[in-house]
Amino acid sequence: MEIEDHLLYTKEHEWVNIDGDEATVGISDYAQESLGDITFVELPAAGDDVEQFGELASVESVKAASDIFSPMSGQILEVNEDLNDDPGIINKSPYEKGWIVRLSLSDIEEKNNLMTAEEYERFLESTG
Amino acid sequence: MQLIFEKSVPGQRGFLNSRSDVDVAVAFPAELARAEDCPLPELSELEVVRHYTNLSKYNFSIDTHFYPLGSCTMKYNPKFCEEIAQLPEFTQLHPLLPQLRHGDQFVQGALEVLYELEKWMCEMTGMDAITMQPLAGAHGELTGVMMMAAYHKARGNDKRYIIVPDSAHGTNPATARIAGYETIAIPSDANGVMDLEKLKECITDEVAGLMLTCPNTHGLFNSDIDKIAEMIHAVDGIMYYDGANLNAILGRCRPGDIGFDVMHINTHKTFTTPHGGGGPGAGPVGVTEKLTPYLPVSRVIQKEDGAYALKYDYPDTIGYIASFYGNFGILLRAYAYILLLGEEGLRAVSDHAVLNANYIKECLKGIYHLPFDRRCMHEVVFSAKNQAERGMHALDIAKFLIDQGFHPPTVYFPLTVKESIMIEPTETESKATIDAFIEAMMAADQLSRSAPEQAHQFPATTPVTRPDEVKAARDLNTSYFQKTA
Repeated sequence: MEIEDHLLYTKEHEWVNIDGDEATVGISDYAQESLGDITFVELPAAGDDVEQFGELASVESVKAASDIFSPMSGQILEVNEDLNDDPGIINKSPYEKGWIVRLSLSDIEEKNNLMTAEEYERFLESTG
Repeated sequence: MQLIFEKSVPGQRGFLNSRSDVDVAVAFPAELARAEDCPLPELSELEVVRHYTNLSKYNFSIDTHFYPLGSCTMKYNPKFCEEIAQLPEFTQLHPLLPQLRHGDQFVQGALEVLYELEKWMCEMTGMDAITMQPLAGAHGELTGVMMMAAYHKARGNDKRYIIVPDSAHGTNPATARIAGYETIAIPSDANGVMDLEKLKECITDEVAGLMLTCPNTHGLFNSDIDKIAEMIHAVDGIMYYDGANLNAILGRCRPGDIGFDVMHINTHKTFTTPHGGGGPGAGPVGVTEKLTPYLPVSRVIQKEDGAYALKYDYPDTIGYIASFYGNFGILLRAYAYILLLGEEGLRAVSDHAVLNANYIKECLKGIYHLPFDRRCMHEVVFSAKNQAERGMHALDIAKFLIDQGFHPPTVYFPLTVKESIMIEPTETESKATIDAFIEAMMAADQLSRSAPEQAHQFPATTPVTRPDEVKAARDLNTSYFQKTA
C-alpha cells in the first residue's frame, strides 16, 4: 500500500496536495483498495463552496457507496472530468491521474487539522 | 445456454408449427400495423415451454437451498400461510366494497383480520396503535418520521436533526432526509453499539429524534437503550425503533417497554411473509399514545354492536399514505402465521434464530476474525480479514460457498467491519444443515491457506461462473439487439 510523503491526509482517507492557496484533492491508495473497483463517481460542480470535512463527492464501487469529504474549506476550481468516462482511474492512479477536485483554499491554517504521511501511516496501523 | 433470441427460427409458431390463416393486413387497419416487423423470437409453443422450464431449473431458492442471508432477503414462508392467503373468501373481495353503502357487511372477516392483527401486534410490541397501511418497511419508516414531524409541528418544536448510528440501514438516513431533516451519524464503540459519549455531544434542543435498530446490524443488543431513550426524551425527541431485527427479540422484549415511541415492523422479517424481487410488502407502523392522533387514515374500528368499520375522521392525521388498506394479502399471511404459532411458538422463533446464530459464532470464531466477541442475537458478523491477507477475500468466500450448495451470506455489509461477512441462519434450519454450512466455511478457510491462487476460480459448477461485476456496473447492456462496442 502506498502513502505519498508530500501529501496531507484525513481520517476518512482523503489526501490533499497544497500548492500556495490552491490544492488538489483525492482519495488514498488504502481507500481505493478498500472500496474495490470503482464504478461511478458523483462529482460536485466547479464554483461550489465546500467546508472542511463536509461532503465533497461520492463514489460507488462493486462493494459499496461512500461519501468523500473535503480535507479543507474553499471553492472548487475544477473537477476531474475524466472520472466520468473512466472512474477506474482512481483505482489505477489514486495520487495522480485519479485526482478528484482542485480547490481554492479559504483558510490555509486548516491544514493543522490533517495528518502527515507518517501520522497517516500510524493511523492506518492503529485501525488495522 | 442459448438465449431465446438465439433459438429463433423464422416462421416457427403454435404447437404444430402451424401458420396463422388470418391475413394480418385484413385483421388490422393499416394505420395500426407496424412499419417494420417486431423483432420477437419465433419458436413453437413447446420450444418456449422447454426454454423457460430449463431456465427455472437454475433457480437457487429457499425451497432448494440454505440462505444464510437470513430474514433480510429470504426466509422460509410456511405453506400454511400461503394456503390461507389463497382462500377465495379473501382473494375475491373487491377493495371498494367497504366504501359502498352497507358494503362493509360483506367484508367483516377481512376487517376483523386487520383489527385483530393490530391488536396482536400492539401486544407484542408494547405500542398503543398500529397502522397496517404502509406498503413496505421503508414506506413505514417514512410514515413514522412524518408522524414525528407532525408531533413536533403541533407542539411548536423547532427541530432539525435526526440521529442515526453508523451501523444503521441506509433507509434510516434516507427517510430522515426525505422527511426534511438532516442526519447526524454516531459511530459505534469498541463493543459494536452506539458510542454513548459521542451521542451526548450531539444532543441539543434541535434533535427531533433518534432512529435505532435494536439489535443492530452487528447483531448486538444495545443494553444502554434506557439511557439513550432518557437523553432523547429530555429534549422532547422521539425514539424510532427500526423493526428490521424485531425477529430477534419477539416474545422477550417489547420496544414500547424500553422507551420507543414509534416503530415499523417488517412483516417479511418477523412474520415470514414473502419477500424478494420487490414484490408487494407490508410495513405496519406502531405508535405510543403521544403519536396516535397523527396515524394515517383509514383506521379499522369496532363499533358498539361488535361490527367492524373503517373510520376516516381523525383531524390530526397525516392523511392518506397508501391506496385502500395496505397490502392485505401480505397482512393476511402474517395474521395466519401468528394464529398458527401463538405466544409460545412466536417466542420459539426468536429463541431458535438467536441460538442458531450463536452456534455458528462459536463454531467459527477461532477461524474467522470476530470483531465483537460477545453474545450475538439473530445474526453474527465476522471479518474475513485474515483470509483476505492470504489472498481470499470475503467475495471469494461467498463465491466458493455457491459451489458447496449454499447461497452466499451478505458480504461487505455492515460497512463498519472490514471484509465483513454477515450470517443470519434464521430459525427454520436444522442442525445438520447448519453444520454442513459451518464445514463449508471451514473449507473456504482451508483453501485460503493451501491454495489461495484458486480463490478467483469459484463458482465453477453454475451455468454462469463469475460475472465481471465491474463491467456489469460500468457498461450494462440489457438489449440483445444493441451490440456492445
